[in-house]
Amino acid sequence: MLQPRSIQSSLGIRDKILSIDFILVISILVLGITSMFAMYSTDGGEFKYHTNSHILRFFVFFGMFFVVSFISIRFWHETSYLIYVGFFILLLGVKYFGLTSSGSKRWLDLYFMNLQPSELMKIGLILFLAKYYHRISIESINSFKHLILPITVLISPVILVATQPDLGTAILIAAGGVIVAWLAGVRAKFFAISGVAMIALLPIAISFLKPYQKSRILTFLNPERDPLGAGYQIIQSKIAIGSGGLFGKGFLNGSQSYLDYLPEKHTDFIFTLFSEEFGFFGSLFILLLYVLIISRIVRTGNLTRSNFGKLYCYSFATAFFIYVVVNMMMVLGLLPIVGSPLPIMSYGGSSMMAIMFGLGIVMSCKIHKDVPVN
Amino acid sequence: MLSPGSGNTVIKSKLISRRMFLISAAKAIVMVGLVGRLISLQINQATKYKSLSDKNRFREWKLAPERGAIKDFFDTKIASSEPLYQLHLVPENAKDLDNLFVRLKAILNITDRKVSYLKRVIRKQKPWEPVIVSENLNWSDFSRINLFLHELEGVEPIVSVARTYPDNSSAHILGYVSQISEKDLKTKEYLQELAVPGMAVGKTGLERKLDRQIIGKIGYQRYEVNAFGKRIREIKIDEGQAGKSFKTTLDYEVQKFTNELLKDKAAAVCVMDVYNGDIVSLVSSPTFEPNEFVHGLDKAYWNSLIKDDKKPLANKALSGLYPPGSTIKTLVALSALENKIIRPLDTFRCKGKIELYGEKFHCWEKDGHGIVNLRKGIQRSCDVYFYEVARKLGVDRLSETAKRFGLGKKVLNDFIEERSGVVPNTKWKKKFIGQNWYLGETLHSGIGQGYFQSTPLQLCLMTAQIANGGFKIQPRIIFDKKNDNLRNYLRHKNENPNEPLPTDLLVSNFDLKPLFKNQEHINLIKDAMFSSSNEPGGTSYRHRFENPKFTFAGKTGSSQIKRFTEAQREAEVKQESLPYNDRDHALFVAFAPYKNPQYAISVLVEHGGSGGKAAAPIAKKVIKKVLERHELRRSISNQIGESV
Repeated sequence: MLQPRSIQSSLGIRDKILSIDFILVISILVLGITSMFAMYSTDGGEFKYHTNSHILRFFVFFGMFFVVSFISIRFWHETSYLIYVGFFILLLGVKYFGLTSSGSKRWLDLYFMNLQPSELMKIGLILFLAKYYHRISIESINSFKHLILPITVLISPVILVATQPDLGTAILIAAGGVIVAWLAGVRAKFFAISGVAMIALLPIAISFLKPYQKSRILTFLNPERDPLGAGYQIIQSKIAIGSGGLFGKGFLNGSQSYLDYLPEKHTDFIFTLFSEEFGFFGSLFILLLYVLIISRIVRTGNLTRSNFGKLYCYSFATAFFIYVVVNMMMVLGLLPIVGSPLPIMSYGGSSMMAIMFGLGIVMSCKIHKDVPVN
Repeated sequence: MLSPGSGNTVIKSKLISRRMFLISAAKAIVMVGLVGRLISLQINQATKYKSLSDKNRFREWKLAPERGAIKDFFDTKIASSEPLYQLHLVPENAKDLDNLFVRLKAILNITDRKVSYLKRVIRKQKPWEPVIVSENLNWSDFSRINLFLHELEGVEPIVSVARTYPDNSSAHILGYVSQISEKDLKTKEYLQELAVPGMAVGKTGLERKLDRQIIGKIGYQRYEVNAFGKRIREIKIDEGQAGKSFKTTLDYEVQKFTNELLKDKAAAVCVMDVYNGDIVSLVSSPTFEPNEFVHGLDKAYWNSLIKDDKKPLANKALSGLYPPGSTIKTLVALSALENKIIRPLDTFRCKGKIELYGEKFHCWEKDGHGIVNLRKGIQRSCDVYFYEVARKLGVDRLSETAKRFGLGKKVLNDFIEERSGVVPNTKWKKKFIGQNWYLGETLHSGIGQGYFQSTPLQLCLMTAQIANGGFKIQPRIIFDKKNDNLRNYLRHKNENPNEPLPTDLLVSNFDLKPLFKNQEHINLIKDAMFSSSNEPGGTSYRHRFENPKFTFAGKTGSSQIKRFTEAQREAEVKQESLPYNDRDHALFVAFAPYKNPQYAISVLVEHGGSGGKAAAPIAKKVIKKVLERHELRRSISNQIGESV
C-alpha cells in the first residue's frame, strides 16, 4: 500500500512534468495573458513601459514558478525557517536601506528591480508556520509554550511592515499567519480572545494611524464626504465598474481610465479597468479564473499526503483568496482603500514574484505529493 | 521522526481538512457577495453609472451665435457680424507666464495695467480656461503674432466674429451691443441660457429692441475631457443658429448725409414717408462710435461721452423732450377750425403784444404783424394771433387734437429710450402738478410753450399726418411688409374723380383712419405752411426751393429755454449774443414736395436760436437729398411683394 520511499524520492524529470497540474498552469497563463491586455489598455493601447515590463516579469516569474515546482517539497520544507529568516532580514534591510516613495519606505533597490520584501514575507510567514505546525504534536498545539514562537514570528514582520508604513500589506501578512494557525487547530477560543483584544486596542491603534490612513477609513464609511479628495478614488472606481454594464465599453474604450479619472489603474485598480472595458461578463471571467486557481490549490492540498503540504496549500489558497477579495472589495467600494494588489493582474514585480513563488511551492506539493517530509 | 500514516498525522490531517472546510464555506459566501456586488453595480445600477461616467467624460462649451444683420431699405448692411482677430491665452499651456507677458508686451501694445488685470483673471479661473489678451487685433498685429507663435507657447490666435458698424451715422437708432451684464441676466429671461463668454447683447436702440430675434440660437461644442478638465477631443459640434436679419426703412445714404450735416451740433433730424410711416432717416447729433462698445469700452472714451454737454449718448430724436414752439401752431389752427372756433378769414390785430389777465403776452415781432388771418398767422408765425385763437379754443380742445396727431405718446414700440412727452390740459395739470389751470397757460400752450413737451419724432409724425391729408399712419422702422393703403387710396381717388361712394366709406375700404372732420381744414393748414416757406414774409422764405420738384411747405419754431426779461426785450437782445445754454432750441417741420407730398421732416437744433435760421437750412438740404433718392426708393418698394 505504501510505495517504497526510494522510488518516491527519485522522481524522474518526465514523471515530474507529467504530474504537473496542467489546469492550474493554464489558468495562471490565461490570467497572465489577460493581465497583459489590461496593462496594454492602461498604457493607452500602446506597448509602453508598464506593458513591456509587466510581460517580461510575468514570463520571468512564470519560469521561476516551474523551477520552484520541480524542486522537491522536502527541500522547501527543510529551508522554510531559513527562507523566513532571509525575508525577515530583507525587511530589516528596508528599514535601514530602503527607498522612500510617497512617504513610505517599502522597497530595496536591487539595481535590476525594486524589491518589496513585505510581499515576499506573505509567503515566508506561511511557510514558516506550516513547518512549525507540521512538526509539533497535536497535543502541544494549544499549549501556551507553543504559541509564543508563532506569535513572535507573526508580529515581528507585521510591525516592521506596518511602520513602513504599509498597513494593507501588514494586515495581509498577518491574515496569512493567522490562517495557518487556525488550520493547524489552534483553538477557536484563542482567536476569539485575540479578536476581542484587537478591538479593545483599536482606539490605541487609531491614534497611531497617519492622517491619510484615518481619512481613508472615514472616506470608506462615506465616500461622498469629500468627493474630490479622499473619496475620489472609490467614487471613480464605482463609476468605472458600474458604467461597464453587462458587456463593457470594449477593449481600449474605458473612458474612465483612458481619461485619467481612475487612479492607480496599473496596480490596485486594474480590476476596475478590466471591468469597465469588459463589463459584468469580463468581471465574472476574472472571478472564475481566480476561483479555478484557488480550487486547484485546495485540491493540491487534498492530494498532498504531508501535513506540511496540506497546511501550506490550504493556507496559501486562503491567503490568495483574501488578496483577491480584499482588492476587489476595495475597488467595488466594500472596503477602505488599503493598497493591496490583485495577484498576477496588478503591475508590480515583488507581488508577482511572491505569488509565483507561492504557486511554485504549491505545484511542488502537487508533483511531490507522495514525498514524505519530516 | 514522523512518518506518513502514523496516528498523530492522520488526526492532524483530519483536523486540518475539517477547518479547511469551514474556510471554504466562508469563501463561497464571500464569493457570492462579490458577485452580488458586481450584479448590483454593473447590471442594476449600470444606467446610473453610465450617465455619471458620461458626465465625467463630456463637457460642453457654448458657442456664441452670429448676430443677425440690420440692413437699410436698400439692403446695405448697417450693422453686421464681421470676422475679428483675437488673441487668447491658455495659462496651462504656457511654460512661464511672466516671460510670456514680457514677450507679448514687446510684440503688441499691451499696457502694464492690462497685464496685471490678466494675471488677476488667470489666478481666478481654471488653468485651461482661456483669457482674452487682446479683443480686437488689427491684421498687422495678428500676422506678427502668428510669426512669433512658435516662441509664444500658450498663446492662441483666434478668428472670431464681432458686431461691426460701417460708421457712426446711425449709432443712436441702431444702438450698440456690449457684454452681457449681471443686470441683463436678471431682467431679460431669454438671456438665461444664452450666457456665453464673449456674447454681446443689444443695450439700446434697434439692437436692444430686436435682441431676442437677432441674437440667434446658441451653439454647443461637446468635448471629451480628462480628469483634469483638459479637452481631449471634440465629440460633437452644434454651430447654433445665426440670428435673424432685419431690413429697416432707413436710408443709409441719407443717414450719412444728415449725420455729416449735423456734425458738431447738438441736433436731431427725423424724416418719414407721409403715407406709410416708414422712417427714412433718424439722426441724432453729436453721435458716438458704436464699434467702441463691442469690446469693452475705453474708459477715457466713455468719460468723454458722458461729460460732453451735448449729450452724445442720448437719441435726441426719440428721447429729447422739447417744447414744440411755433410748430404746434399748425395744430392750434386746425383744432380751432375743426371745432368751429374761427373761420379762416377771421382776423386779429397784432400790435406786438397783448395784455390779458394782468399779464403781458409778447409776439416775437416786437412791432406787431398788423391785421392777421389764419394763413398770415401761420406764415408769419404771429404769436398774438395764436394767443387769441388759443384763448377761444381752450387748452382741452387743443390737447385733444394734439393727441390725435400723435403728440404726448410714444410713436414707436419697444424703444426703452423713447419718451412720450407732454400734451397739457386741465386734467393733466390737476393730476400731475396738483393745481388748477390758469388761463394764461392756455396762451403759452397756444404757441407751444409752457408745459408742452414733444420729441422730434412726434413732430415729424404730426407733420406727416397733415401732409398726407390728415390720415393716421403708424410710423415704423422695421420693414416687414409693404404698406401702401394710403397711396392706393389716393391713386384710386385720382383715377375715379367721380367716385359715388361717400368719403368715410371709401376711407374704411382702404383701412384708413382720418384724423379730420373736414379735410378742407387740413388743406388750409398745408396751404398756410406753403406760404410760410414760399411766400415773402414767411418765416423760412429764405430757404425755399424754387424747383417744384423740391418745394416744401414748413413751419418754423423755437422753443424757449429761458423767458426773456423785459429789459432784454427792450434791448432787442439777439439769440446769438446769449450764452449757448440760454439760447432757444431751433425747430423746423416740413413736408415735400408741396404738390404731391411724399416725406415729412422735423429738424431740431439745440440752442440753435430761431428755427428759420438754424433748422430750416438743414431741413432744406436733407429734403433735397431725400427727394433725389425718392424714385429709387419707390422702385425698390414696387419690386417688393406684399410681404418680405
